[in-house]
Amino acid sequence: MIKFFLMVNKQGQTRLSRYYEHVEINKRTMLEAEVIKNCLSRSKDQCSFIEYKDFKLVYRQYAALFVVVGIDQTENEMAVYELIHNFVEVLDKYFSRVSELDVSFSVPEIRLS
Amino acid sequence: KMVKGSIDRMFDKNLQDLVRGIRNHKEDEAKYISQCIDEIKQELKQDNIAVKANAVCKLTYLQMLGYDISWAAFNIIEVMSASKFTFKRIGYLAASQCFHEGTDVIMLTTNQIRKDLSSPNQYDTGVALTGLSCFVTPDLARDLANDIMTLMSHTKPYIRKKAVLIMYKVFLKYPESLRPAFPRLKEKLEDPDPGVQSAAVNVICELARRNPKNYLSLAPLFFKLMTSSTNNWVLIKIIKLASILLCFGALTPLEPRLGKKLIEPLTNLIHSTSAMSLLYECVNTVIAVLISLSSGMPNHSASIQLCVQKLRILIEDSDQNLKYLGLLAMSKILKTHPKSVQSHKDLILQCLDDKDESIRLRALDLLYGMVSKKNLMEIVKKLMIHVDKAEGTTYRDELLTKIIDICSQSNYQYITNFEWSVLLPAGFGLLTGVTWGCPLIPPHPLHRYISILVELTRLEGTRHGHLIAAQMLDVAIRVKAIRKFAVSQMAMLLDNAHLLASNTQRNGICEVLYAAAWICGEFSEHLEETNQTLEAMLRPKVTTLPGHIQAVYVQNMVKLYASILQQKEQAGDKEAAQEITQLMIERLPQFVQSADLEVQERASCILQLIKYIQKLQAKEVPVAEEVIALFAGELNPVAPKAQKKVPVPEGLDLDAWINEPPSDSESEDEKPKTIFHEEEQRHSRHRQPEIDEEELARRREARKQEQANNPFYIKSSPSPQKRYQDTPGVDHIPVVQIDLSVPLKVPGMPMSDQYVKLEEERRHKQKLEKDKKKKKQKKEKRGKHHRHNSLHTESEEDIAPAHHVDIITEEMPENALPSDEDDKDPNDPYKALDIDLDK
Repeated sequence: MIKFFLMVNKQGQTRLSRYYEHVEINKRTMLEAEVIKNCLSRSKDQCSFIEYKDFKLVYRQYAALFVVVGIDQTENEMAVYELIHNFVEVLDKYFSRVSELDVSFSVPEIRLS
Repeated sequence: KMVKGSIDRMFDKNLQDLVRGIRNHKEDEAKYISQCIDEIKQELKQDNIAVKANAVCKLTYLQMLGYDISWAAFNIIEVMSASKFTFKRIGYLAASQCFHEGTDVIMLTTNQIRKDLSSPNQYDTGVALTGLSCFVTPDLARDLANDIMTLMSHTKPYIRKKAVLIMYKVFLKYPESLRPAFPRLKEKLEDPDPGVQSAAVNVICELARRNPKNYLSLAPLFFKLMTSSTNNWVLIKIIKLASILLCFGALTPLEPRLGKKLIEPLTNLIHSTSAMSLLYECVNTVIAVLISLSSGMPNHSASIQLCVQKLRILIEDSDQNLKYLGLLAMSKILKTHPKSVQSHKDLILQCLDDKDESIRLRALDLLYGMVSKKNLMEIVKKLMIHVDKAEGTTYRDELLTKIIDICSQSNYQYITNFEWSVLLPAGFGLLTGVTWGCPLIPPHPLHRYISILVELTRLEGTRHGHLIAAQMLDVAIRVKAIRKFAVSQMAMLLDNAHLLASNTQRNGICEVLYAAAWICGEFSEHLEETNQTLEAMLRPKVTTLPGHIQAVYVQNMVKLYASILQQKEQAGDKEAAQEITQLMIERLPQFVQSADLEVQERASCILQLIKYIQKLQAKEVPVAEEVIALFAGELNPVAPKAQKKVPVPEGLDLDAWINEPPSDSESEDEKPKTIFHEEEQRHSRHRQPEIDEEELARRREARKQEQANNPFYIKSSPSPQKRYQDTPGVDHIPVVQIDLSVPLKVPGMPMSDQYVKLEEERRHKQKLEKDKKKKKQKKEKRGKHHRHNSLHTESEEDIAPAHHVDIITEEMPENALPSDEDDKDPNDPYKALDIDLDK
């Protein structure tokens, strides 16, 4: 089960967040900060799956933007990994060469997708 | 309310401006945002729907940043009801972000959503469906279930897909909708549009995950889909579903054929696919299949080999992700086919050295299963090197736990060398740079495990002191042959405790002292220098340790004291005996003054006892025997579920009333009256001196006059006046006396004295059990001092001194079975979905 879907930049600013389970507002920021800290501390040649608390994070880096998805144990990590890529490809098609600015400014469109 | 003209409206910030503004105001972001929020509040008060929508749009963005927008819930609903699609979309988006079950205005949305669902514009319907899925509540689900079900057969696949997906949420919130909706859901599996089909597969997959047995009948349908579909995403889901059904099928022999049938297409897929995710899923499922068929299927070892081969390729791949997945899958195979994995041990050990933490963790996990007597020490040695390298990370803690786990699994069956394991924690107790007084015992084959434990305590800042302490205690209790060594190490630790106590990172390391003190005290017969150890425990610095550790110190001091006393008395050395008593009396007061309650209590008890002993010693009475008798008997480990398993003694009926139930009806009638009368008497007694009849009449007249003259006074009807006359006569006033001695019956709420009764009953039951246990213990041959609430089982088989674990079984009440059911969560929403769909 996918718990949440985040797009966070390297400075730790959340560009897009989507929670599929109800999480309190103040906890969300904390969670996002921790998650991005975990992802930033990884180097390029480390694998994209991090074990964090009782679920897993699958992340992919695209330039300065990290797409992080939190999943639980029953989910196929590889499938989610490819899902992230699929999503980014869709965004690319929609915005024709998507960039971080597009993501920040077109939040409603992306959210609904 | 400032009414802005349309020109001014142009200067309203839209979302883009907001985002830009936030980017520009990096320093005073909070201030800028609160300013924006004020502007938004103004905009929301306007009537223009476009303005409102803009405001809500900005609010959504702010919510994403972490600001609460639930105050705008009503406004969001207004925007949801806009006729223009773009505005409506914004409204639903905001709702999906911030509405949840606690939002009270949600029920206002029901009709709006219903209207949108039946709208001719498919996009309206679509956005309503998407938005609804995020905040559907049981009430909403119940009201809208039918509408959504009809939408499942909509002409447009766009809508069908969304409807199918949202049905899952509806099922979760309102389980009764599952049965009527299910036939339609089944139809969607064969929908011509692949999107709808995939949606249906997903929903059924999720449902089946929780209640697999209801969906077994769909198995042939899925099989067909699996062999015919070319869409990878769908395939992954179907295969996952197949594995779920299988895992269930493994428990009950409902569909063994399913497993066999699946193997072939799965292996085909494994060979043919280039998609890693699909490959991974297939491998996982094959493992699941093989686990379920593990009994007596020789020709399937070929499939296992195939899987292991493929996994090896994955692990060897340079892509970290694949490595990770390979290791993950291997650990699954490990559980049922450990031998096939053993041959790859070298590869896994290699992975341990990987730079990537996740991979190391996975490799650790695998090692846990691959440990054997021969390679244990080698593996742990390697892990210790890692522990040294990994400073201050969660990885290190994970490592420590793993090391301890590996060593202690299956009651230490792999440890040939317990002394090794005792040294580990003791070693970790020191600051780095401080060397042990005594050299680490050379790798004598019998001392390894303890030595590792001792070393583990040497690490600074470890959070595992508690764990290590527990391990040491465990090892020392269970393996009798090791006690001598353990005691000697612990004594050394106690001697050097001043180094530990001064360490700033005390939390973990001090716990080791807890174990050390206890071990020395309990097994003091193995101590060489009992006096020295006792003095070490009596040092003033000990009072700086945490309370619970001091308490253990105090208790064990007495044990040591007892054994010294016995030694001295047997040697006829009365002076030394009195000396030691004097020492105790001098040093104990520092504990009596402790802030910790437990320490204080124990110390004062013991101090009194020792003073008494001193008096006896002065009279030349030999006391040692009796003092020793205080600590006679063995303390064995108690099983964690022992308390639950204590059988209810015969003749005890837990449901019987302890006291007679109070007769409610009688007391209610009687008592109010009696109190009432008293009250009345008091009333009349009270009132008479104060208010006179005549006085009252006079006052009334005056009041009436005033009221007649007062133009603003609304004259009341004549009846109230009668009541004034009645005031002295209390009989007519319908006063309800609340007699608190009888419980106030609030319908629906539990009465507090019910709880009191329950508590009484429970305590009564406990007391009965304790009594029974006391009786049992008295019957035992050895006179035991009542320390723990444990029943003694005969489990002390003395095995030949090859360092075997002596005490394997934990203490349980007689005839209790070790296994127990786990408590299941009664509020599990998935349980409600357990409906048999074939009926």
